[in-house]
Amino acid sequence: MSVGAPKIPVVVAEVVELNPLIKRFRFVRTDGKPMPTFSGGAHIVVEMDDNGTRRMNPYSLMSDPTDTSGFEISVRRDDAGRGGSLYMHNHVRPGMAMQVSHPVNLFGLDLRAKKHLLIAGGIGITPFIAQMTQLEHLGHRFELHYSVRSPELGAYADDLKSRYGDRVHIYYDNQKHMIPLAELLEGQPLGTHLYVCGPKGMIAWVLGSAEAAGWHPSTLHSEEFLAPPVGHAFEVELAASRKTITVGPAQSLLEAMEAAGVDAPYLCRGGACGQCETDVHRCDGSIEHNDHWLTPEQKASNTKIMPCVSRFHGATLVIDR
Amino acid sequence: MTNSVLEGTMRSRPVYGVLEPRPGKAHLIVADGEGAGAVVDLVARAGETAPAMLARTHIIYMPGPNGTDAFESLKALGAAQAFRTHDYSTAQPRLKKVLGDAHMGLQIYTTGTEGLMGQVLRDVMEAGLPAQAVQTEHRGSTVRRVQCVHCKGITENVRTDPFQCSHCGLHLFVRDHYSRRLAAYQGVNIDAEDPGEVPPAVERFK
Amino acid sequence: MGLEFNEETFRGDFSFKNSPKAIKRFPFPFPEDSYMYSVNMEPHVPGPKGSVFEHTFDVDEHYVSEMRDRAMVLADDPLRCQSLPHMTLAGWDLLELIMESKARDYPHWFELHKNGNKWHWINRPLEIEQKFTFLDETTLPCGPLEYITRQTQGDFTLQDQRDNNLFIEAGMVTTQADWSLDFDIGMSFQEWHAPVPMAHELGVFDRALKFLLKLQLGAPVRRFNWTMTVDPLLDTSPENYPKWGPTKTTLTMDNIGRRQHLRVELQTLHRLPRSNAIAFPIRAYLISFQDLVTVPKWARRLHRVIRDVPEPLATYKGFLRNRPLMVEYLSQFDDGKPTSPGWWPEPE
Repeated sequence: MSVGAPKIPVVVAEVVELNPLIKRFRFVRTDGKPMPTFSGGAHIVVEMDDNGTRRMNPYSLMSDPTDTSGFEISVRRDDAGRGGSLYMHNHVRPGMAMQVSHPVNLFGLDLRAKKHLLIAGGIGITPFIAQMTQLEHLGHRFELHYSVRSPELGAYADDLKSRYGDRVHIYYDNQKHMIPLAELLEGQPLGTHLYVCGPKGMIAWVLGSAEAAGWHPSTLHSEEFLAPPVGHAFEVELAASRKTITVGPAQSLLEAMEAAGVDAPYLCRGGACGQCETDVHRCDGSIEHNDHWLTPEQKASNTKIMPCVSRFHGATLVIDR
Repeated sequence: MTNSVLEGTMRSRPVYGVLEPRPGKAHLIVADGEGAGAVVDLVARAGETAPAMLARTHIIYMPGPNGTDAFESLKALGAAQAFRTHDYSTAQPRLKKVLGDAHMGLQIYTTGTEGLMGQVLRDVMEAGLPAQAVQTEHRGSTVRRVQCVHCKGITENVRTDPFQCSHCGLHLFVRDHYSRRLAAYQGVNIDAEDPGEVPPAVERFK
Repeated sequence: MGLEFNEETFRGDFSFKNSPKAIKRFPFPFPEDSYMYSVNMEPHVPGPKGSVFEHTFDVDEHYVSEMRDRAMVLADDPLRCQSLPHMTLAGWDLLELIMESKARDYPHWFELHKNGNKWHWINRPLEIEQKFTFLDETTLPCGPLEYITRQTQGDFTLQDQRDNNLFIEAGMVTTQADWSLDFDIGMSFQEWHAPVPMAHELGVFDRALKFLLKLQLGAPVRRFNWTMTVDPLLDTSPENYPKWGPTKTTLTMDNIGRRQHLRVELQTLHRLPRSNAIAFPIRAYLISFQDLVTVPKWARRLHRVIRDVPEPLATYKGFLRNRPLMVEYLSQFDDGKPTSPGWWPEPE
C-alpha cells in the first residue's frame, strides 16, 4: 500500500544504453490516460517481477515534467547490489508490461529562491535534468555543476551543455577536474538555494562546506536514496498481523512483510521519506538503523524502525505492523 | 474565533534566542534600544575571533521606543561600519541596499524590540533568505506592533490591552496571534457584540 | 438556468434558502452524538449519486448567487485573494484541476478544449468564455488562482511544502469562519492553526501535518469542520466582525429556527503536480436550524452535540453566548431516542 494513489500500468516504450553502466527507460501508459505532470526532483517506484521476487526501486524522473506522453528514468547498474538494477539492465525490454507509482517529490525546488545552484555527482544528475527543464520554463536562474568519472560515463553531459550553454559546468575525475566548491559558495547572491545529489561522500562534503561557509540549513537540499543493504537473515514478529516472518539476506524487512501479505505503507523505499516508520514493541538485540529519517535519539532508543532499509540482529524483535 | 480572549502563548508567537557568533563571510547586525547590550555580548562571545568578525561587520542601530540610546557602546566596538539612525523607516533603505548587494554566507543578527526584529525579518525574507537563517534576541521594551484586522492600519508601540486603533478608532484587544509577514500582532474589536462595553485598559506591554 | 440555480442573497434581505433536495443532501458533519477535534481524514473518492461527494468539486443550486456574493466581497476588499510570488505555479495547477474536474463532471455546464497550451474554457452558468495560454498569466484577466476561484464555490488556500512543513502562501478567502488570509498568509501549519484551542494539546495538528506532508498525487482526502452563523452570511470575516458580530445579540426563541445556521465545511486536500503544493478547498454549506430539524436524527444529535461541546470550543466557534438558546430550541426536537452511527439520516 502506498497510501491511496493507484499504480500506473505502463509498457516499456524504449530502452537506450547510454554507456556500459547506464540505461535509460521510457514508460508509456497502457490505460489510454495521460501521465500525470510532476515537479522537478520527483521519483517513481518501479515494480519488477524478478522470477517471483517482487522488487520495487525508486528512480528519479528525468523527463520533461510537462510531458504527459511518458516517463523516463535512468538506471545505473550496480553489480554488487541486491538485483533491482541488474534486473532492469538484463531483463527489461521494450514492450514489457510493468507498474509504476505516481510521482512523489522529496527533493523539491524552493521556488522562493533568487537562484538555484545545482551540484550533481554521477547518476545523481537525473533529478536535475527534470528540475532544469522546469526552471527553464519558469524563467528562474540556475547553474549546474556536474562531476562524473570520465567522458565515457558522462551521460547527458554533452546534451545538457548544448541545451543550457554556460550554465552547465562539467568536471571529469579522470582529468583531475574538481568542482571549485569554496569559490562557488563564496559568490552566490543572497537568496540562493543549493541542491546536491550524488554519492554519500559528495553530499557530506558539499553540505558540510556550505554550512561552514555560513549557509543556513534551510537553504540546503539533498537527496540520497539508499539501496536496502544486504545482511544476515533475521526473524521479526509482526504484532498487529500476528505473524512471525524471516527476512532473507538480500531482502528488506519491508519486502519480507509484503511477501507475507502484510500491507505496509511506503513512499520512497530508500530510508528518506519516513512513511514506513513503525513502532518497536520489543527489541532484544540491536537494530541496524540505515535510514536518514529517525533522529539520533530515536535510533539510540530502539523504539522505532524504518523497515525499508533497516535490519536487526539479536534474539527478538517485535514491531507494530 | 475573534472573541477568544484566552491567555497563554499561541504557537504563532515568535520565539527569540540568544545571539551567537557564527562563521560567515560578513556580518550584519540591526539593533534598537537595549539591543545594544546583546550586540556587545555577542562580540564578547566571539572571543579571539572578535577582531576578524568586527572587520567584516556592519551595524545599523536606532534608539528604542522608550528612548534608550546606547549607540556609543556600539561605536566603541570598532566594527567596519556602525550607523545610527532615528527609526526603522529611515534605516530601511540602507538595510535593503545592503541586502541587495549581499552574498550567501552573510550572517544576520537582529536584537531589541519585537517591532524592530519583526520588520528586519520581513525585509530579509523579501530579499530571499528564509527567516530561520536570521538570529534574534529580545531585549528591552515589550511594547507591541499591532495590526487592526478591520482597517489594516498598524499601531506602533502598543502598551495596553485593549487599546484604541490609531487609524479607525475602534477599541481592539491584542491577540497573541502574530504575522511574520506583517511583523505585527492582531488587534480585534472588543465591543463588536456589545457596542460601548469596553473593559478598562490594562498595561500589559512595557 | 433559472431552474437550476437559486436567485438569492447572502446579505441584506438574506433570501438564501435550501430546496428540499438541498436539505436532503446536506453534509451533516456529526457521525456520533458528541464532538471533539480529530484528524478524521478519509479518501476523497466519489460518493453516492446526488451527494455532495459525487464529484471532486460540488456545484449546487447556490452556485451563481455565491459567485455574485464573492465578487461583491472582492470589490470591497481585494486583499481577500492573495498569492505570494512563488505560488503562481500552484495557482495554475489548481486552475487545471478545477477546469478538468468540472468539464468532466458537469459537461452540460462547463467545457474545456485544449490544443497544446492554447486552452478554451466555457462556463455556461456564469456566461464566461475564455481563450488563454496555459501557464501564461498575461492571457487571463487576473492571476490563475483568482480567475478560477471566482468561478468555484468555497474558499481556497494553497500550501507550499518545504522544511518538513506546510506554509499557507496563497488563497481566496471570502466565505470564512472568522480568519484572515491577509493576516495568516506566509504562516506555517502550526502558526496558522495557533488560535484553535485544545487541538494542539491533543496532538491533532502534529498528526495532521505528518499525514499531509505525505499526501500523494492522485489520492486526495477530505474531512469536515463546522461552526455556527447567525443569518446565512457567507462573509463572516474578522475584517467585517464589527458588522456581523452584533447580530449574535438579536436571536430569540421566535427567530432562532429561521436565523441560526449550522455552517459545515467540506474540506478537501489535493497534492498539486507541477508545484508539489497542496490545494485546500474549504467548501461551506449553510442550513437553518428549522430546515435541519426536519431530519429527526440530525435534530436529536445536534441538540446533544451543542449541549455537551466543551466551553473553549464553543467560545472559539463563537456561539457560547447563544448556546443556552440553541439548546432550548433544539431540545424540543430531541425525544431522547438513540441515534444510529454515521451522518446519514435514519432510514425512517
